[in-house]
Amino acid sequence: MSALSFDNVTIRLGGRDILKAASFEVEHGEFVGMLGANGAGKTTLMRAALGLLPVASGEVRVLGRRATRGNAQIGYMPQNRGAIAGLRLTGWDVVAAAAIGARFGFARLDRAMRREIDWALDEVGARDLARRGIGELSGGERQRVLLSQALIGKPRLIMLDEPLISLDPGHQRNVVEIARRICDDLKVAILFSAHELNPLVNAIDRVLYLGHGEAVIGAVDDVVSAPVLSRLYGAPIEVVRIGDRYFVMAGGVDVEHDAHRHDHHGHGAHA
Amino acid sequence: MTRIATITTATAPMLEYDFMRTAFMASGIAALLAGTVGFFLVLRGQTFAGHALSHVGFSGATGALLFGLSPLTGLVGFTIAAGIGMGLFGEKLAERDVAIGMMLSLALGLGLLFLHFYTAAATQAAALLFGNVLGIDEAALLTLATLAVASFLALRIIIRPLIFASLESELAEARGVPVRFVSTAFLVIVAIAVAECAQIVGVLLVFTLMVGPAAAAQNFSRRLAGGVVLAAGLALAEAWGGLTLAYATDWPTSFWITALSALVYLVSLGARFRAR
Repeated sequence: MSALSFDNVTIRLGGRDILKAASFEVEHGEFVGMLGANGAGKTTLMRAALGLLPVASGEVRVLGRRATRGNAQIGYMPQNRGAIAGLRLTGWDVVAAAAIGARFGFARLDRAMRREIDWALDEVGARDLARRGIGELSGGERQRVLLSQALIGKPRLIMLDEPLISLDPGHQRNVVEIARRICDDLKVAILFSAHELNPLVNAIDRVLYLGHGEAVIGAVDDVVSAPVLSRLYGAPIEVVRIGDRYFVMAGGVDVEHDAHRHDHHGHGAHA
Repeated sequence: MTRIATITTATAPMLEYDFMRTAFMASGIAALLAGTVGFFLVLRGQTFAGHALSHVGFSGATGALLFGLSPLTGLVGFTIAAGIGMGLFGEKLAERDVAIGMMLSLALGLGLLFLHFYTAAATQAAALLFGNVLGIDEAALLTLATLAVASFLALRIIIRPLIFASLESELAEARGVPVRFVSTAFLVIVAIAVAECAQIVGVLLVFTLMVGPAAAAQNFSRRLAGGVVLAAGLALAEAWGGLTLAYATDWPTSFWITALSALVYLVSLGARFRAR
């Protein structure tokens, strides 16, 4: 039994096959970086694991069970968090709202829950940051506070959707280090999507690359290679490695950098 | 003569009058509900929806008059129906401002048509548009109280999922919160609060009790629970302050409430600016 498995999964959105009979497994406690061009299906794949999207065929399993909505064993951080940056509420209140937010009725924040919130904030080093207004934090600081939400409820699988977006390199490194530490300390599987491989390359155990409806998982050197990526991009790709940095080039253009630039314009890259 | 009459009323203790006691109770109930509900309306960025609901309430109230029903019945009925409609449309009401704007104009137009057919139009129109808190009778007070209790109860039941969905709707959806249901249920509660407010300050000025205190509270406080309590408290203070000032000056109550609401909001902006 793996943390997340896709078995021959096809997902169709708006008449287009986002995934075509894709199969892969994320093992327990492993840190997987998920890459792929815009529209390759990174967010879609996570939404399918969360049980928010129907699959056309095949089966998505989370910790051995069929994916269902509201699975408490998954910690999740969605990509689109625009509105929250304008709030004056403290980070603690935002995290607490999420921790108790699925409960109808006369639910109260009890002491155990408060302790768990403090623990989660400590885990990402954001206990002090959470006392400040969430809108007053920098992008990287806010990201850390929100990251703590994915730890609440002791999940076995954590999925982070583009947590590095619009962060400067220092904060990117910081978030990746925290994710690696969470993975090791809590023995939890992490699926971490990103536009660029390089910030992740020294931290991840394996890479999951999406493209053309396919999903390929494996060691970085096996997946990030000219033959595999040419197939996934549907175009001739060259991979240049300099030290521990990878450059994925199509006709002399760095495709990952290009994708990154695109996303700064429209944050709604949801497919 | 009017001057003398004004002075006499101003010197008599205002709570000796039945209508004043009723007015204090009615405005107190409506203000507590409006301040609380308004806090979440502001948090969700749906203040425009609250504004639109009040206009729909106007056509409901005038329609009720035409058919011999109490305006409050029409007000509540229409706002609730419109609240459900808006909820089913989708949660991103902020992006539907054209649709809401059209509905808002149509509702006011319909209200005008109903008034056209209703003979004693002029006084009723003014009362509906700008409120008539001194004209509230015991039966209406009882209705206001019952609706407020039901609304507070419903709000308490959905409050956790509501806050979660308001702050992070995608995450809430992933955690299994029925986001669409929560937002529709909330709009029904908003509809009742709007109807209550319209009784006090009129449909055109609902904003002043629902949004003013709530927005000010969010400027004063960074905390969730504290903010909600503060919003309700400010709304109550503004409503009662408005009534007291109206009693002392003989100016309209609704004017004083709007003045206090604007003043408090202005002060809150200063406080927010200074906190930076």
